[in-house]
Amino acid sequence: MKNKEIKSKGALHYYLQSTSGVVGAVLVLIMVIVSICSIFGITPYDPVEQHIDNILQGPSVHFWFGTDDFGRDVFSRTLEGMRRSLTVSITAVSLATILGVTFGVLAGYVGKWFDQLVTRVSDVFFAFPAILLALAIVASLGNAWYDTALAIGVVYTPIFIRVARGPVLTVKEMDYIKISRVLGFSSFRILRKHIFPNVFAPIVVQIALSLSWAILTESGLSFLGLGTQPPTPSLGLMVSDAQPLAAFAWWTLVFPSLFITIVVVGLNLVGDGLRDALDPARRSS
Amino acid sequence: MTQPSLLSVKDLGISTVQDPRTLVNQVSFDIGLGEAVGVVGESGSGKTLSALSILGLLPRGVEVVSGSVIFKDKNLLTLDTEELRNIRGNEIAMIYQDPMTALNPVMKLGKQLLEVIASHGGINDGSQNQVRILLSEVGIPDVNRAMESYPHEFSGGMRQRIMIAMALLLSPQLLIADEPTTALDVTIQQQILALVSEARKKRNMSMLWITHDLGVVANLVDRLNVMYAGRIVESGTVEEIFRKPKHPYTAGLLSSLPTSTGTNRERLTSISGVPEKPWLVGNSCGFAARCSRAQARCHSEIPLTVTTDSSSVACFFPLGGN
Amino acid sequence: MKIPGVSRTLSVLATLFGISIFVFLVLRVIPGDSITGAFGIETGALTPGQIAELRVYYGIDQSLLLQYISWIHSFLSGKLGFAYSTGVSVATLTKSSLPVTIELAIIGTVLGVVLGIAIGMFSAKKPGSTRDFAGQLFGLLALAIPGFVLSTGIVTVMANKFHYFPNGYEYMTPWENPWMNFQQMMFPGLVLGIAVAAPVMRTTRSALLETVDKDFVRTAHGKGVPNNKVQFRHVLRNSLIPIVTMTGIQFGYLLGGAVIVEKIFALPGMGRQILDAIMKREYATVQSSIMVFAIMFVLINVATDVIYRKIDPRIKK
Repeated sequence: MKNKEIKSKGALHYYLQSTSGVVGAVLVLIMVIVSICSIFGITPYDPVEQHIDNILQGPSVHFWFGTDDFGRDVFSRTLEGMRRSLTVSITAVSLATILGVTFGVLAGYVGKWFDQLVTRVSDVFFAFPAILLALAIVASLGNAWYDTALAIGVVYTPIFIRVARGPVLTVKEMDYIKISRVLGFSSFRILRKHIFPNVFAPIVVQIALSLSWAILTESGLSFLGLGTQPPTPSLGLMVSDAQPLAAFAWWTLVFPSLFITIVVVGLNLVGDGLRDALDPARRSS
Repeated sequence: MTQPSLLSVKDLGISTVQDPRTLVNQVSFDIGLGEAVGVVGESGSGKTLSALSILGLLPRGVEVVSGSVIFKDKNLLTLDTEELRNIRGNEIAMIYQDPMTALNPVMKLGKQLLEVIASHGGINDGSQNQVRILLSEVGIPDVNRAMESYPHEFSGGMRQRIMIAMALLLSPQLLIADEPTTALDVTIQQQILALVSEARKKRNMSMLWITHDLGVVANLVDRLNVMYAGRIVESGTVEEIFRKPKHPYTAGLLSSLPTSTGTNRERLTSISGVPEKPWLVGNSCGFAARCSRAQARCHSEIPLTVTTDSSSVACFFPLGGN
Repeated sequence: MKIPGVSRTLSVLATLFGISIFVFLVLRVIPGDSITGAFGIETGALTPGQIAELRVYYGIDQSLLLQYISWIHSFLSGKLGFAYSTGVSVATLTKSSLPVTIELAIIGTVLGVVLGIAIGMFSAKKPGSTRDFAGQLFGLLALAIPGFVLSTGIVTVMANKFHYFPNGYEYMTPWENPWMNFQQMMFPGLVLGIAVAAPVMRTTRSALLETVDKDFVRTAHGKGVPNNKVQFRHVLRNSLIPIVTMTGIQFGYLLGGAVIVEKIFALPGMGRQILDAIMKREYATVQSSIMVFAIMFVLINVATDVIYRKIDPRIKK
C-alpha cells in the first residue's frame, strides 16, 4: 500500500539524519562483519590453536591482540567469541520476538480470558530478574549454545508480549477497525493491514534493545561458567579467564571487554535511532 | 497622554530561535497607572507571546529579538535574573489560559499560595491569614479545607479563582490576564470576569487583558489594541474603537459580533479567508489579502502607524479617511 | 464494598504461586536428579534397591504434584530444604546470606538513584549541550560495560596495582566490623550502583525535559519562585513517578547482577548461594533460594506501589 511505502521511506531518511543512529549502525555492522569472517574461518589463526612458544605475548604484528596463557591468538578468539555471542543473541531474540508478537497480538486482539491469561503469565516472568531465570533454565538444560539461546529467548518473551499487545489494544478501539469488522473483513486481513503496521515500530526498537541486553546476559552467563564451555571461545568466558592474568597481560581482559561494549553501545544507539525515526512525533530527547 | 505609563512596550519583536520566523513584529503599547488595557486578536496573532514576554516567560524555542519593555524606569528584558524574579508575582502578576494545567498537581494549594509570599520576603504569622482572606475574596468556600487540598479536587472555575487569588496576594500594580476564561464554561466565564473586574477596581490595579473576544473585553478595559498577524493594527479608547473603527480588520471584527439590536434576519458577517501567518507577511499589510479596500500599495509596503490624539491605526486607507 | 489491598494481595500471591510452579518445574525437567547430583558418576554403581531407598530419602519417589505440594508445605513452615553438600539446612544458609545481599542491593540502589538523578538533572538543564552529551555518554557506557568487566577491572587494578583488596579478607558483617564491612561493600556497591544509575539517569532526564515545559512550571516562575526551588519542588517532584518506576524495575535486575558481583568480590550472599547450588546440582537449595528472591522482589513491587501513593495525591487509594 502506498501509505506504508511512503512511511518507511521517510523513516529511513529520518534514521539517517540521526547521528547516533548512524554511528550505532556502523558499530553493529563492524561486529556483524567480524562475525561473518569468523563463520567462514577468515581469522588470522585458528581460535583454539595453541602457540606454545608465544604464551602471554602483548599485541604485536603477528598477534594483533596478543596471546593468552595457552598461546592462543586473542584476536581470533575475540572474533569467534563475538560471532557466538551474536548467534546466541539473535537466536534468542528471534525466538522471543516470534513468540512474543504472536501471543501479544493475539492476546490484544482476541481479548477476554485469553488476554487475561497471557498477561498474568507474562507478568509472573516480568516480576523476576531475567538473569536468575536464565540461570535456572540453563542449569537444567545444559551448556550448548542453543540452550542458552532458548533460556534467554524464553525470558525475554514477556517483554515482546507487552510491547506487541499495547498498540493492538489502542488500534482495536478505533472506529475504522470496528467499521471494517462490520463490513465483514476477515480478522486476518484487519490484522495484516491495520494492526501489524502499528506494532512494527515499537517491536523493531525493542528488538535492537533486547539484542543488546541479550549479549550482556549471554556473556554474563558464560562468565559464570554456565555458557559455552572451553576451549570454545566466548567473550564472557575470555573475561573470566583473564581474571588472574589481567594484571600483567592487560590485553586478555581489554579486547574481549571492548568488543562487548562496542556492540552493546552500537545496538543501543541503533535502538535510539530507530525510535526517533519511527516515532511520529519525531522528537529526540 | 501626559501621564507617565506604568508599563511601556516599545517595538517588541519576537521570533523562533531555530530557523527564525517572526511571530511578533514591532508591537508597542502603554499601560497607565490604574488603567485597563486590552489586546485583541485571533489565535496566532501574537498576543499571548507579547504578554508572556513582559515577565520573561516565553517558552523554549522562542525569544525576544528587539524592543523594550519599560516598567517603572527599568527595561524588564535586560534585567538580571534576581531583579526580574523580584518583580514577578510581586509587582506584576499573571493569570493564564488553562486552569487545569497551571497548578502544580502534587503540591497542596495552601503551600502553593504561601509560596508567593515566601518568595518575596518571607512568611510571617500573618501570612496564613493573608491567604485565607484572599481565598474567600475570590469566592472559595471552606477556605481551610481548600488550603489542605490538591488542584485535582477542584473544578476548572475554582482553580481559576485560586490562580487569581495567587496573583493578587501581594497586591501587584499590574495584572496580566491571558484569556483567563477561554477554557471555562460559558456560565462560569461571566463570574470570573466579574471577579477580576471587581478586584481590580478595589485595588486600582492596572490590567492587561489578552483575549480573542472583542465582545468580552468591551466592559473591562479603557483602551484597546487590535492585533493582526503579529502587528498592532489599531489602538484607541473603547468608545473610539467600537463607534468609529478605523482599520478594516477592526470593522470586520465588530460586524461579526452578534448585537442585541438589529433584525433577527441579519446574517453575521465574517471576514473571508484565514488569518495570515506573521512570518509570511514581509513587506506588506498583513491584512491586504482579505481586505475589501486593499490597493496595490497595501501589498508592497508596510503601513505606517498614524497617531491622532489618543488613537492610532496602521493602514493606508483607513475607514473615515486619513 | 472493596477492601483496599485485597486485590493487590491476591495478585501478589498469584505471582508468587506462578513463580514457584515455574521454578519447581524447570528444575525437575532436568535430565539427572538429586541422586546423580549427589553421587555423580558413581550413580552407576548403585543397586536398584539403593536407588529406590535414595529416591525416598530425596523425596523424588512421589509424583510431581505431590512433590510440589510437599515442597510448598515445607517452605511455608520455614523448612527450606537441606543442602547436602554443606550439611546445613538451606534456612540456616539463607539466614546469613540474605542480609548480605540485601545490604548490597540497598547500597547499590541508593548510590545508583542518587547518581542517576544527579546526572539526569545535570544533563537536562541544557539539552543538546556538551554537558548533556557527556551525561548521556556516561549513561550509555554505564549500560554497555558489563558488570563483570567493571568488577574484574577494579579487582585487577586495586589488588594488583595498589595492593588494596578488602574483599580478600574474611567477610565482616556491619555489626562485627563496620569499617571492614564498608570497605568490602564499597566496590561491589559501586559496580551495581553504576548499573542502576544508567537507566535512572535516562528516565530522569526525559521526565525532567517533559515536565519543564509544563504550564505549572511557568506559573511557578511567574510567581517569582527562585529557580532552584522551581527545579526541585515543581519539576523534579513531578518527575518522580517514572523515576520510582524505573528504580523498582532496576531493583529486580540488581538482584540478578548481585550474583555476578558476589562471586567476583567473594561476598557470601544469596547470589553466590544460588550459583554454588546450581553448580553442585543442589536443587532444593536453588529452588528455595530463588523463591526467597522472588518474595523479596514482589515485596519491592508492593513497596513501590505504596511510594506511588505517597508521591502522587491524584492516585486513589
